[in-house]
Amino acid sequence: MKRRWRDSGLATLMLGPSAVILALFVIYPLGKAIWLGQQRCGVTSCTNSGFRQYIDAFRSNDFQDSLIVTLKYALITVPIGLVLGVGLAVLADKYMRGVSIFRTIFSSTVATSVAVASVMWFFLLNPNVGVLAEWIGGRAKTPGLLQSEGLALWAVSASSIWANLGFTFIVVTAGLQGVPKDLYESAYVDGAGGMRRFTNVTLPMISPTLLFATVVLTTRAFQSFGEIDLLTAGGPKGETTTLTYLAYGSGLATSNDDGLRATVSVLLFAVLLVLALVQFRGLEKRVHYGN
Amino acid sequence: MAIDQVHGARKVGRYVLLSAMAVIVLFPIYMMVVGSLKPGNKVLVHPLLPTDFTTSTLREAWNSGHLGRALWNSALVSTVITIAQVATSILAAYAFAFLRFPGRSIVFVAFLATLLVPLEATLTVNRRTMQDLSWINSYKALTVPFLATAFGIFMIRQVFLQIPREMHEAASMDGLGHLGFLWQVAVPLSRPTIGALALFSFLSSWNQYLWPNLVTTNAKYNTVQTGLKALKSASLDKPNLVIAGTVIVALPIFIVLVAFQRQLIRGLTAGAVKG
Repeated sequence: MKRRWRDSGLATLMLGPSAVILALFVIYPLGKAIWLGQQRCGVTSCTNSGFRQYIDAFRSNDFQDSLIVTLKYALITVPIGLVLGVGLAVLADKYMRGVSIFRTIFSSTVATSVAVASVMWFFLLNPNVGVLAEWIGGRAKTPGLLQSEGLALWAVSASSIWANLGFTFIVVTAGLQGVPKDLYESAYVDGAGGMRRFTNVTLPMISPTLLFATVVLTTRAFQSFGEIDLLTAGGPKGETTTLTYLAYGSGLATSNDDGLRATVSVLLFAVLLVLALVQFRGLEKRVHYGN
Repeated sequence: MAIDQVHGARKVGRYVLLSAMAVIVLFPIYMMVVGSLKPGNKVLVHPLLPTDFTTSTLREAWNSGHLGRALWNSALVSTVITIAQVATSILAAYAFAFLRFPGRSIVFVAFLATLLVPLEATLTVNRRTMQDLSWINSYKALTVPFLATAFGIFMIRQVFLQIPREMHEAASMDGLGHLGFLWQVAVPLSRPTIGALALFSFLSSWNQYLWPNLVTTNAKYNTVQTGLKALKSASLDKPNLVIAGTVIVALPIFIVLVAFQRQLIRGLTAGAVKG
């Protein structure tokens, strides 16, 4: 018994700082947000409208629309980002002179923050001064891709796919380096061509990495705020108002109401939890962990 | 012949493909650098070529965007957060890996559960907390909520658990206490992971966008991210000023990443290794 308690004092001291920060700024605000999400708030005071507020908010057109926008955004950016990242990583995974230069180039977008990447693309696509807008022409010139209904979300996606490419490339490259070389050699001896070796050896062996990248990229899509704020401010006609932008953007129903903001962000938390469960349930079965 | 060596036409094809992709990936960066080196009225003249070379745009962006101040703020805030996260993570990880106390696994699960809570779910309440404390527009608001992270605790605990128990026992028989073992054995053995965590913490706090927007209204406390937003809305009619601003803001991180490439790769892939 004495042995069990021996280290309690020291443990309290060592865990203390982290426990205080996590309790004050993660656990308490989550609990408080669940409560606040049942209020409507003005500048100075809040009035209670009960748990119904969650149901009403979930059913509201604003929420449903931005849930769909967010799903679309994830369905565009995650698969394309993954295919590009895996493609580049496989291309650069050979012993060739100068291949490390290509690796550095493909990793480089990891150095751009959301703000840097978004401002870059804002000007590339700007109908007045953007080179890309100039080359594409048509609706890219008037009114501009970021202002065009039906195209704005794709334009934001292009920026985000580019910005995330470095991350996906680095992660997949590291995954590829963990694949034992003799597996390729035995597949080669068995007469498997390049494509067969890719689908039968590479993909199963890097599936844990792919699961990780998928989860991270999906989460990023659901938490996207900066790129929306800087590129489109949620427009045109709410076509790029993602869930996080609905919670924290300006000029929306939620903007001056902490209660509604809390409602949307708690719902976002619930959506992310469901999503994480689905991803792990669905994908974990297909993931090959070896041995 | 190693099979992952390519030859002849296939090799040429691969180089062509790699180069084409490299051009596409680098294109936005190249355009920014070229744009930042042109005078204001010449952005659209030969946009692809660095004609009319000047550094005046960069200088003007630096001055009118108060980017020196923003860079200093970002460096300060990120450094404080990084040091604090590394320190709190090492201490907590040690308690979970080497100390015996009742309820250890329950406390650990409670810590881990905080990883499931997205930042976005807590920000509204945290901003109200900052208001109640009168911390809006202060360095405290930018740093204090992020001084500890369950991600870091978990990451360091995993490497601490790989240190053989016998080493710990031998050390305590030699009269080395817990703090001595932590400082002289556990930390030096875990240096690569601690480096990866430090870089990861630094980058995540450097790249924060939403939180600084919520808790600062005074330009004095702009980080590079909010500073860039301010520069963009203030100078919409001077695109290459804003372009120059992005170059200035992106440069330090490029340098940091080139210098710490190995740590970065380890940090980013920490979650991807098979468990």
